[in-house]
Amino acid sequence: MTSLTIPAGMPQYDDVPRFDVARVRADFPILDREVNGHPLVYLDSANTSHKPRQVLDVLHEHYALHNANVSRSVHTLGTEATEAFEGARAKVAAFVNAPSVDEVVFTKNSTEAINIVAYAFSNASLRADAPAPAAPSRETDDRFRLGPGDEIVISEMEHHSNLVPWQLLAERTGATLRWFPLTEQGRLDESGLAELVTERTKIVSLVHVSNILGTVNATSRITQRVREVGALLLLDCSQSVPHMPIDVVDLDADFIVFTGHKMCGPTGIGVLWGRGELLAAMPPVYGGGSMIETVTMARTTFAAPPARFEAGTPPIAEAVALGAAVDYLTGVGMRAIQWHEKELTAYALDALATVPGLRVFGPTVPVGRGGTISFALGDIHPHDVGQVLDSLGVQVRVGHHCAKPVCSRFGVPAMTRASFYLYTTTEEIDALVVGLEQARKVFD
Amino acid sequence: MQLDQLYQEIILDHYKHPHGRGLRDAEDPADRVAEAHHVNPTCGDEITVRVTTDGKVFTDISYDGMGCSISQASASVLHELLRGRAADDAAVVHEAFVELMSGRGQVTPDEDVLGDGVAFAGVARYPARVKCALLSWMAFKDAAARAGVGVSPEVKA
Repeated sequence: MTSLTIPAGMPQYDDVPRFDVARVRADFPILDREVNGHPLVYLDSANTSHKPRQVLDVLHEHYALHNANVSRSVHTLGTEATEAFEGARAKVAAFVNAPSVDEVVFTKNSTEAINIVAYAFSNASLRADAPAPAAPSRETDDRFRLGPGDEIVISEMEHHSNLVPWQLLAERTGATLRWFPLTEQGRLDESGLAELVTERTKIVSLVHVSNILGTVNATSRITQRVREVGALLLLDCSQSVPHMPIDVVDLDADFIVFTGHKMCGPTGIGVLWGRGELLAAMPPVYGGGSMIETVTMARTTFAAPPARFEAGTPPIAEAVALGAAVDYLTGVGMRAIQWHEKELTAYALDALATVPGLRVFGPTVPVGRGGTISFALGDIHPHDVGQVLDSLGVQVRVGHHCAKPVCSRFGVPAMTRASFYLYTTTEEIDALVVGLEQARKVFD
Repeated sequence: MQLDQLYQEIILDHYKHPHGRGLRDAEDPADRVAEAHHVNPTCGDEITVRVTTDGKVFTDISYDGMGCSISQASASVLHELLRGRAADDAAVVHEAFVELMSGRGQVTPDEDVLGDGVAFAGVARYPARVKCALLSWMAFKDAAARAGVGVSPEVKA
């Protein structure tokens, strides 16, 4: 690649930040293990990522030394736990360039984050005559009110987590669910944008990077249209925040969601980021401790965000460990991770093209796509492909990847998916290709 | 993990050359026909099993579906084993197959009862694949119940 001459003044390949993959791999204890007598080849990071020692240590240390509940104790341990928890919030906010720490709501995962937004709409729409207690004005309120005639727009590319909550919301409120179709190349078909996103649209909720096709959606035209019609925009960044620098100001979305376990953090912790004034206008979803301002037997007033959306004891250790994951990723460098995965993707697309009968779903060039590649191997069912690969230590995901409409769009019941991360090597992609040859031998 | 324990020749043979595949209508218009459509929600595999019965015997068992080698081979074996059998007889085979698949590899199958079904003994060691092997058998059970000739005690009509 470096043999190409790039004109002076343009970014040069040598300027791209890089990191030592072997050193990164040494941070991940699980990468030392074997599977079925072979070295582990983990190509399922889009499903969940592995955790570096730095994150595991923080998780352990929190429970061993600082364990206490947060936001309610005057004692030393409570103060330490609260500081660590809120410190993690600040780290996450900085990681996505959130203008305010208070715009980061900790959730269980992306799914819960999306459901909180969907149910906030629902709660704001239940009784047209009831003033939403936390909403300062009727005008603000209306952005979350949905009813017959209103529309919700998603895409055919969504993970079920950004599809089913909106189907349910449409059913509850009588609003209509509409969606962007996909092109044959696995990109969003924006040709109908003006007819799809209209004055009737209340919210557009889109996946930023597809968990199944790897497509990175360019959102600026859609954002512009969303602004024109006065709708809200939610981006599901579950597959982008772990893999590339994300700046919420730059993205110009109203909400983004992502999950800790796909970005070297633990399970059980996710994030809803929302514009401060929008979160402030949103009615609560879960009721309970920590989300209140004052409570009487008859009624309750609510805390300001993010506390309003964090009822009950939160996943404290998980949040603290997510903060450690953010530190770890920042230390390696998100720009470097993005470039590493781009090189892997280019390598993998070339390597997979040498496998007879292999068909890649989604973009076949390493441009506008991430390091998640789904494919079919002839007529061999993905379950069978995955089983043969597993016997060789190669861990891929098979099935519909919680995106059944995408499988239907491409006329298959299931796909085999290999997905990469900062610790993935080209040797692992070679092992995948060898495994695929083995699968062809068994089934052809 | 020994891959050939899972993918026995018999299974691969049924997968590559399925027996009795494709949904068929009853030859005798007096026969009762019923079908059931089952999906494996974790992988998206689907199968439709249709039974034709005179009230005593399964005169035909036909099926169509999409799925992995295990699920498709299992449907082929189901057709081979149970077509033409009396309901009581089929119930015995059905129960033996379910027992084999639920046995985590600890059940020794009886070839006299299960025929080619014994090849699935290795599948029982792979918890993620047991559902694949049982997909058509569970659809068959529902279809038989709908046709009024249940094949296991809990669904006997």
